[in-house]
Amino acid sequence: MSNKPATLFDKVWDSHVVRKIEDGPDVFFIDRHFIHEVTSPVAFLGMEGRGLKVMFPEKTFATADHNTPTINQHLPVQDPLSANQLKALETNSNKYGISHWGLGNPKNGIVHVVGPENGITLPGMTIVCGDSHTSTHGAFGAIAFGIGTSEVEMVLSSQCIMQPKPKKMRINVTGKLGKGITPKDVTLYIISRLTAAGATGYFVEYAGEVFENMSMEGRMTVCNMSIEMGARGGIIAPDETTFNYIKGREKAPKGEAWDKALAYWKTLATDEGAVFDAEFTYDAADIEPMITYGTNPGMGMGITKHIPSALAGDSKSSYEKSLQYMGFHEEEAMLGKKVDYVFIGSCTNGRIEDFRAFASIVKGRKKADHVTAWIVPGSHIVEQQIKDEGILDILTEAGFQLRQPGCSACLAMNDDKVPAGKYAVSTSNRNFEGRQGPGSRTMLASPLVAAAAAVTGVVTDPRELIA
Amino acid sequence: MAYDKFTILRSSAVPMPIENVDTDQIIPARFLKATERKGFGDNLFRDWRYETDGTPKKDFVLNNPIYSGKILVGGKNFGSGSSREHAAWAIYDYGFRCVVSSFFADIFKNNSLNVGILPVQVSPEFLDKIFTAIEADPKAELEVNLEAQTITIPATGESESFAINSYKKLNMMNGYDDIDYLQAMKDDIKLFADKSLY
Repeated sequence: MSNKPATLFDKVWDSHVVRKIEDGPDVFFIDRHFIHEVTSPVAFLGMEGRGLKVMFPEKTFATADHNTPTINQHLPVQDPLSANQLKALETNSNKYGISHWGLGNPKNGIVHVVGPENGITLPGMTIVCGDSHTSTHGAFGAIAFGIGTSEVEMVLSSQCIMQPKPKKMRINVTGKLGKGITPKDVTLYIISRLTAAGATGYFVEYAGEVFENMSMEGRMTVCNMSIEMGARGGIIAPDETTFNYIKGREKAPKGEAWDKALAYWKTLATDEGAVFDAEFTYDAADIEPMITYGTNPGMGMGITKHIPSALAGDSKSSYEKSLQYMGFHEEEAMLGKKVDYVFIGSCTNGRIEDFRAFASIVKGRKKADHVTAWIVPGSHIVEQQIKDEGILDILTEAGFQLRQPGCSACLAMNDDKVPAGKYAVSTSNRNFEGRQGPGSRTMLASPLVAAAAAVTGVVTDPRELIA
Repeated sequence: MAYDKFTILRSSAVPMPIENVDTDQIIPARFLKATERKGFGDNLFRDWRYETDGTPKKDFVLNNPIYSGKILVGGKNFGSGSSREHAAWAIYDYGFRCVVSSFFADIFKNNSLNVGILPVQVSPEFLDKIFTAIEADPKAELEVNLEAQTITIPATGESESFAINSYKKLNMMNGYDDIDYLQAMKDDIKLFADKSLY
């Protein structure tokens, strides 16, 4: 081994390579594998078709989230296809001895919310799931990324996948964030600068003062969105904020095991002088509340700005197709545009700090009459926090209803669909055509921007509503 | 799941000169509810292909009988977004065996290789040449030679080479997949796992 300065990403990646194949991928060992109902059933079928079994069932964790209803979860699931997928997850998990947090389980929730909140996600781990937002877990200094169903089958049957090592990028954000600027704005800003494909082929380390001062939940929001600029994942070096978050959580190491783990975790940082394949630095002072105006997450801008007349790197025809779908025009302002739906939730912004932020604006105000709002906690634990902290009372007083946990309107697999032609301000991660229902038009934003839209009924700068 | 061996593919192609085609367009989330891998081709590009009442949209390329073939040619950043392998299944199930673009999203590229679709990344200039050739003659063929790692427009003789690592290339040419490989090294994996911190 050389003692060349290494990046955090190198340290974690290289320690998980079981075999290097010449001019091929690395055989890459997986410490934690999350599964959900949508991308796992075909993997179990495939495995069984080959006569294989789950190699390490204790390293896989199942939760139902993509397809679950967000009301009346105590009743049988109405959609027979969804019910069938949920049943398949339960049956497969039970058959192989995999931990399963199905509908109704007090630990149930969105996979990228429940993993960290129960201490399953730890620094230095390799984590995969058949879901691109697995990048969320990188907030802990883990290498975490989304995989396809064939790879889910590989992990189930051999605890490994075959991956070429990505290139390395570092993104620094220096300085301090202004009033009303949230981690979601930071990530939407970065993506707007790099474009939706700007980090394809890379794994991104986030560094600098802004991330050092950010909470774990904020870091999760940022790492979550890494895939939206094409990056396989994002990673942030673990620090005291990380250790304090993990300590005491149900599946986190305890006693002697904690001390041993902590000593290792403290080695997980990029060495001075380590080399990245690409590096970008931004100034926090340039970031304002963000909103997207187009049909990919790179089409975002400061909320007080006007829609640009072209997007760097994209052809005019693709750009125009996008604006046409949204019903927007070049050089228009976004402020004041009518909003029909507001969604707060998802693996991006479905944690307690997001609901605190939302409530901070809603408090003492009323929901705009024409707005339909879906308030969807990321897990039952978050739902309970919302109740315990009095946030539910604030929401109820303002005319909002709290729903039950799940992915909900982020991808609209369940009944939470935005109708064709309607505009939604959404705290989720994708504004693709039809993402929130066929014909739906999505504007991605932070929980503060979502709250401001929910009470005014139009796109509003949340800083005007902050006391 | 095993797939057909890929050696040389000569076929007409379907042009889709749109950038950032995400996997939600390739197959919308509401069609991901199956527990078996079948029938996904019917919903390939569902919302671009059909009106809400199910009638085909005349201006969408898959509904234009002039275009056909086993090769789909897309704009840059093809397959971005969700990791759903269903997108690759839908493309395969519809009958495509090769997707050509000037840039692919990572997960889509992996998924394609794992299900037997060859992603061929060409230069933006060569992509333009392909679109021009198809525009001139909708039946224009492309020839993809995996062993030689070349893609050729036979009508003009123009050709470009493409990259693929030799491990994946061998897999594609023989119809093998990674699971076969991993099963053969389980003893090594077991030893590795014994030393693992987690």
